[in-house]
Amino acid sequence: MSDKYVLETENLTKEFAGFVAVSDVNLKVERGTIHALIGPNGAGKTTCFNLLTKFLTPTRGTIKYKGQDITQLRPADIARLGVVRSFQISAVFPHLTVLENVRIALQRKRGGSFDFWRPASVLNVYNDRARSLINDVGLSAFENTTAVELPYGRKRALEIATTLALDPEMLLLDEPTAGMGHEDVDRIAALIKRVAANRTVLMVEHNLSVVSNLSNKITVLTRGRVLTEGDYKTVSENPQVREAYMGTGHA
Amino acid sequence: MAQATGQLTAPAEAHGHKSELIAFVVMVAVLAILPAFVYPPFLMKALCFALFACAFNLLIGYVGLLSFGHALYFGWASYFAAHLAKVGKISIPYWAGSWQWLTITNSPMVPELAIFLAVMGAAVLGFVAGSIAIRRQGIYFAMITLALAQMMYFFAVQAPFTGGEDGIQPVPRGYLFGLFNLANERVMYVFVMVMFLLGFLLIYRVIHSPFGEVLKAIRENEQRAISLGYKTDKYKLVAFTLSAAIAGLAGAIKPFVVQNASLTDVHWSMSGEVVLMTLLGGLGTIFGPVIGAFTIIAMQNYLASFGQWVTIIQGGIFVACVLLFRRGIVGEIANLLRIRL
Repeated sequence: MSDKYVLETENLTKEFAGFVAVSDVNLKVERGTIHALIGPNGAGKTTCFNLLTKFLTPTRGTIKYKGQDITQLRPADIARLGVVRSFQISAVFPHLTVLENVRIALQRKRGGSFDFWRPASVLNVYNDRARSLINDVGLSAFENTTAVELPYGRKRALEIATTLALDPEMLLLDEPTAGMGHEDVDRIAALIKRVAANRTVLMVEHNLSVVSNLSNKITVLTRGRVLTEGDYKTVSENPQVREAYMGTGHA
Repeated sequence: MAQATGQLTAPAEAHGHKSELIAFVVMVAVLAILPAFVYPPFLMKALCFALFACAFNLLIGYVGLLSFGHALYFGWASYFAAHLAKVGKISIPYWAGSWQWLTITNSPMVPELAIFLAVMGAAVLGFVAGSIAIRRQGIYFAMITLALAQMMYFFAVQAPFTGGEDGIQPVPRGYLFGLFNLANERVMYVFVMVMFLLGFLLIYRVIHSPFGEVLKAIRENEQRAISLGYKTDKYKLVAFTLSAAIAGLAGAIKPFVVQNASLTDVHWSMSGEVVLMTLLGGLGTIFGPVIGAFTIIAMQNYLASFGQWVTIIQGGIFVACVLLFRRGIVGEIANLLRIRL
């Protein structure tokens, strides 16, 4: 079974002082697919992400990655297993250049990098790979720009390039196209599709056209619970989903 | 291929290093001629504080950690070095059924060994205090470092070997490597300057190393660094220990300069002063803490006739710095000229 599903959760629950943000979520993410997590604001999508990458500790439930129980691991360990996340609010290193941002991720290949006695120029071996990743997200012209100076959409693109630099087996993307202009959305959607060819992607996304184009499977969350699962057609025709999104008045 | 791509970044990087290199040469030249014009003992004291501020800046400027107890490493290294150079007796507690003291009676140590052991002592203190403090973030981190420093301050007041209010004095300067008589003011100045430059270059290397890159990433966005698989606590601890050790080097040289080790150097106001020096010179700039330390020490020295007013003037400068030039002296200059300093 664990061969088919890369990531599985069982009764995943998170309570904040009595408020149940995520409740008994059983998620199964199939290998090699793009799985979308959608739902109205406050449905618990980001909390779910934080639980999966252990940025939050679940109150109950287990998380399995490739059959291995990872519930007790720390965030950095999960990243090292090959499950790498992006953040909802663009997570770049603001005062480093675009090239340096990507190189920080590539540098992980060296291991710990505790060598404080070596010059940073030993990292130049990663420059070519970094440039090709930067080119993939269309940022070649900004290689030496500090990340803080980039417009929002390009910061997101940089974040994705940095995430891809780790060559993760599984990508968790938290609203990868949020705040982007439509040209950028198309480019990033195409990029996600391309990199998903030999990876598994779990993403939270509000842009439903991106969701419909990309995802093989959709899980709808409302109020911390799984409302329904299925492909885009099934989910979009589900009256409960419409109700959750529009409110009862429009259902 | 390598050449073609190299051209894209080469100008920017070379330019950055070039401005730093020029500034470094200027600094060495100024330090070499300054004793001809300025009272050397004052300069040596300022160099100790400059190195102390650089060590502090390694944490706040490049890892984003505000340690509010750095006097602990500076002051205790000063005690260690002074004690070893003057008395040389070390008592180590050990367990053999019950606690016993292993006393190594040694004749007063040569300066290089006293300084080396004091730096190691500061590194151990830094490692222990760092291990406790890095478990918390932001203001809580600062408070823990302050609390630990205060604890060790009161220990310094009570412990017999520190001499309490009297401190340890006089500290003999001795012969460096059995060859150079440090009692000679000129030899002493060269020694202090070389130690300062070594410490300074070590910090420069740390900042511009693969390790330094990770530190900067942690400063910029710790959550993101974690999500890339970096165990940020370990990096913070290594940086903290390094910073404590270099602060310890500065502290270990000081008793040889002023020939005493006293409570002033472990007091919390010393921790505050190093924050002020770094802030005034420019956080996260390599030369800022040096300029900041010299400015503050010069003020204390030359405005001493104003008595308590020095503190008020310092407060005024601090307010002006926060309101008008937040990048600090060097930070503002670097920003104006668009270079790295």
